[in-house]
Amino acid sequence: MTRLAPIALISGILFGAGLALGGMTNPARVRGFLDIFGEWDPTLAFVMGGAVIVMAIAWRFQARMAEPIVAGVFALPDRTDLTPSLVGGAALFGIGWGIAGLCPGPGFAALVIAPAKAVAFIAAMLVGMLIARFLEKRD
Amino acid sequence: MTLPGFPDAAPVAGLAGGILIGLAAATMLLGIGRIAGVSGIAARAFGITDSGLPKGSAWNFIVGLPLGALIVVLVTGGVEAQFAGFLPILIAGLIVGIGTRIGSGCTSGHGVCGVSRFSRRSVVATITFMATGIATVAVMNAIGWEVIQ
Repeated sequence: MTRLAPIALISGILFGAGLALGGMTNPARVRGFLDIFGEWDPTLAFVMGGAVIVMAIAWRFQARMAEPIVAGVFALPDRTDLTPSLVGGAALFGIGWGIAGLCPGPGFAALVIAPAKAVAFIAAMLVGMLIARFLEKRD
Repeated sequence: MTLPGFPDAAPVAGLAGGILIGLAAATMLLGIGRIAGVSGIAARAFGITDSGLPKGSAWNFIVGLPLGALIVVLVTGGVEAQFAGFLPILIAGLIVGIGTRIGSGCTSGHGVCGVSRFSRRSVVATITFMATGIATVAVMNAIGWEVIQ
């Protein structure tokens, strides 16, 4: 953990900075992107495009590496099955995202921009995650 | 710089922010060997799941998010932000929490990390949450529910 933690911190800082710089800590802008039938704001497409291009290159490097730089093994998702949970969960997430223009990353980054509202969002999200865990354990 | 036809768009800042997010996810991938999915890392940090990063590292990532945003706020002299009211935020948070766990990810894990890897599951998830997000805003506009004044 001692070697991983600083890398995780750097990753988080870069991520939060990117969100704020790209305007993604502004829910009005995020909802503007989703408002394709109104005054559409394409900024989010540039954010996602920039991130996806960099990551597509990172995946090329990953394919040539036997192990990550500071951890023992790559621990990456390998599922390919399309399930009702995947689609249903993503559909629900999109509804919540559309209502307030916040997803998990900006929710945490917004702690320094609108602290009370960020805390409210994070608390509600954690309750939602606990509800999901309860529902999944019942199955 | 503005985009012709879209006076409110910030394409250059957006692209720069996106590149930083990509570098963040690349740091997590190549450094630690894991996906930088915020919903999953948050669930790990708060003890909702036992799988994923070591708990201490999950907390470091989560703490880094507002720190990074703070750096941008301090350097640029503040960022523009208009938030919804508390009630819509609470409703949205609850739905986002349920949906991201059941759907195994959010905009970062599926949208950035998964799509860039051409993961079939992530592409389907991203198209799905984009579609329902667009539909939600459209319906809210149609019924006149203005969450951001």
